[in-house]
Amino acid sequence: MPEHDVLIIGAGLAGQRAALAAAEAGATVAILSKVHPVRSHSVAAAGGINAAISLDDRWESHAYDTVKGSDFLGDQDAIEIMCREAPGEVMHLEHIGVTFHRNEKGELDLRAFGGASMKRTAYVADITGQAILHVLYEQLMKYHERVDRFEEWFTTSLIRDDDGRCVGCVARDIRTGDMQTFKAKATILAQGGAGQCFKPTTNALICTGDGIAQAYEIGAPLMDMEMIQYHPTTLVENGFLITEGARGEGAHLLNSEGERFMEKYAPNKMELASRDVVSRAEQTEINEGRGVGPDGSGIYLDITVVPRKRVLEALREIVNIGKDFAGVDITREPIMIRPGQHYIMGGVKTDVHGQVPGVPGLYAAGEVACVSVHGGNRLGANSLLDTLIFGRRSGEHAAERAKGMPIPKVSDAQLKADIARIDRIIARPRDGRRVSEIKDELGTTMNRYVAVFRDEAGLLQAHETVRRLKEQAKTAYIDDRGTVFNQDVLGAIELGYMLDVAEAIVVAALERKESRGAQFRTDFPERNDDEWLKHIDISRNGDDTPQVSYSPVTITQWQPEERKY
Amino acid sequence: MAEFTLRIRRWDPESGEAPYWDQHTIDLEPHRSVLEGILQAKARFDGSIGIRCSCRAAICGSCGVRINGQPGLACHTHLDHALKGAKDGVIEVEPMGNMPIIKDLIVDMDAVHWKKVQRVTPWLINKEPIPEREYIVPHHNMVDITQSMACIQCGACVSDCLSMEVDPEFIGPAALAKAYRFAGDPRDAQQFERVKDLAEDPHGIYDCTHCFKCIEACPKGVAPMNQIMRLRRIATGTHHIADRNNGERHESAFVSLVRDHGLLWEAELLPRSYGGDSFFGKFAPKAGMELLDSLPVIARGLLRRKVTPGKAIMPPRDVPKDAREEIKRIFEKVEGRDEVRELNLYISGYDEDAEGAETASASSAAPQGQTSAERGQPGMSPEESPTR
Repeated sequence: MPEHDVLIIGAGLAGQRAALAAAEAGATVAILSKVHPVRSHSVAAAGGINAAISLDDRWESHAYDTVKGSDFLGDQDAIEIMCREAPGEVMHLEHIGVTFHRNEKGELDLRAFGGASMKRTAYVADITGQAILHVLYEQLMKYHERVDRFEEWFTTSLIRDDDGRCVGCVARDIRTGDMQTFKAKATILAQGGAGQCFKPTTNALICTGDGIAQAYEIGAPLMDMEMIQYHPTTLVENGFLITEGARGEGAHLLNSEGERFMEKYAPNKMELASRDVVSRAEQTEINEGRGVGPDGSGIYLDITVVPRKRVLEALREIVNIGKDFAGVDITREPIMIRPGQHYIMGGVKTDVHGQVPGVPGLYAAGEVACVSVHGGNRLGANSLLDTLIFGRRSGEHAAERAKGMPIPKVSDAQLKADIARIDRIIARPRDGRRVSEIKDELGTTMNRYVAVFRDEAGLLQAHETVRRLKEQAKTAYIDDRGTVFNQDVLGAIELGYMLDVAEAIVVAALERKESRGAQFRTDFPERNDDEWLKHIDISRNGDDTPQVSYSPVTITQWQPEERKY
Repeated sequence: MAEFTLRIRRWDPESGEAPYWDQHTIDLEPHRSVLEGILQAKARFDGSIGIRCSCRAAICGSCGVRINGQPGLACHTHLDHALKGAKDGVIEVEPMGNMPIIKDLIVDMDAVHWKKVQRVTPWLINKEPIPEREYIVPHHNMVDITQSMACIQCGACVSDCLSMEVDPEFIGPAALAKAYRFAGDPRDAQQFERVKDLAEDPHGIYDCTHCFKCIEACPKGVAPMNQIMRLRRIATGTHHIADRNNGERHESAFVSLVRDHGLLWEAELLPRSYGGDSFFGKFAPKAGMELLDSLPVIARGLLRRKVTPGKAIMPPRDVPKDAREEIKRIFEKVEGRDEVRELNLYISGYDEDAEGAETASASSAAPQGQTSAERGQPGMSPEESPTR
């Protein structure tokens, strides 16, 4: 039975940063991930990372932009911490080897990004997430004697002891089928988001809400789950992401009349308004018949206005994506995009140290968590920052907490239960539905009813569908009966995770009877600070239904005001 | 929609049976990817088909396979183009080469690829003192190493590296490209130690035979072979490392022969690599041993008519004098430059206006990162690539 001071589940940016911080603080560390760490979805983050590093910038300005971007739902104490610590974190990344682009003086270059009052996004071409992820993995290779890596291990359950503390997890070695209990003084969740609840999504196939569902399962509270970000520029073709960096470099959005329609919606910031605003503007244009493409469901993103040399140097990846996946040379013609599911602002509720209230020993960081620094809407290039700041803080705090604490005693009850559960899934008769069918129906339902515009009738329909699919998932069958790389059985478990997360999203969206950030209710089109300037928390009832409660928004120095871009 | 038939190589290590081919017909638009085809087969017919995949957009590097015998990413290969490369109208998908198979299309990258990456000390060794803010370094240096940073560790280049087939200990294209990312990084304190290590290692930078397979295989335009050549240029040009593999002298012999004769003179290559600059005058003892060692290879080359005695032993005669002069002038021009800046994936050579661009890239003697970046569709020639 592996034993460590700090166990980290998930090896994207948040997980790897937590592992390095915990190891540096002297803890014994295990990092466990269902894919090889460099396959983590952080790799797809393109545009950059925000930090007030310019000499004429101030962290308070970054914080205010973030608060405003969140539509005042973000907790300002956490936002202050994130923005204050951002410059130091970016410099740390630079020192360990991230190849940030430079200006002509050799200093870090900064690009413009949505919702920001000045240029403050450091970047590596348009592979910033990949560059940072690979550099963190270099550091894990450097400290291979201090951090135990469990690559391609799939977590099946978190474990709580009789006192309610989280004392580790059960996981399966995907390569061999071997199941183990991992004992730890502290467990940090870092498994990322849940985009696969939607179809299409920019998110990778691995983003199935594992951490959110596992925490929910053992009674941890979820927060802001209704806040789902639709990214303004995803390929009409297949939902792939076109980085906001394109608009940061000056690209325009055009409707079927060739008009830069953002003038109507955000006359000051235009294409660089916050993502919820731009996505809503695009969807409005499409709904009102000014979309482009054969069925009018797209918008043109015109990158040809950016100099070709600059595009090839700084937006290389989307040149490739345009060519390979849409057959368009973005340096010569506009490309068709539309809003697409991209990010979940909500997640496992934590404090500013990453601790999950009510579950001692459990931490969460990154997209899986909700601190909440993003509130109703995340600014572009704040997600990498969130993962690193709160990954590091969680790692440090967990290591500190572990000092002087004995390794917890853990029985093998959960291990036995999980082995039996997997055996039962494998043995299911072939008279239910296929796992893949249920997943498909979930994704299309969520994308239809829980998207840019929502209303009560649609959300009720979504809720009913999710409840039905949950029932069907209990008997859904798979084909693979083996133990080596049985991806099929893991898919069945992931489906359960996705359904739990989807239900929490729908229930929270039904609950919030106002429009704020990414939640736009056509039946309640105004923001209503009197009643809804509060977080919606969701936790699991004994009978497997979501229980709703509220928590206050922390306001330090910025009172809610009308939000205009 | 159109129907495509996939023939997938299957192997279940638990079955005790031999690998076999498994065929499925799927229904997708022709520009959809082979990965989507496989995922459809998994969803509809057989969930037990093993393939690693995640992002679907050629970023995560999970789905490296061989399609119609060519390495690449399944998500980055369109069905219609894969069909063009198919022998009998069926798209063939196999696991990558040079790595042990775990199950079906899943290979053990830890046993080969990651072990080799770990070999090249894959982390920055900081120049001291570490500044309070960022290191002040030239923009073009950071853009330059961003090309090797663009590697997604998919293993496609490792799969078909011919040198690695012959010498499994060869550090290989991906790990050496990673090594360049540090050797070329102005913030790294140990450029000399790094390249010396890789030059002295018998499985290091001089183990590459310039076959270009890795450049063709790479779906991201990293051009690993170019990075290996850059490591060599740092080893020779910057640090003049006379390695025990004789790589440095071999390279300078090669270059001087082309400079002098306009073409390679094979018989002169060995003596010049190991001794002085004349076949008969300054024959070095080391060359004698190497010559003896090489006799079987030379004999086979003669038998297969890869070399003819006349051409090999006599200096090249069919290069006209003015062409030789032209070649010399090229050498003088390139070597006379104060600073050599290479084109790569990100440094396009394009000026702000398109016209200047074509001239800029055409006149450059640099490696062709640009064009290789646009390849990467297995099973077909670059001309047919949808990226063209």
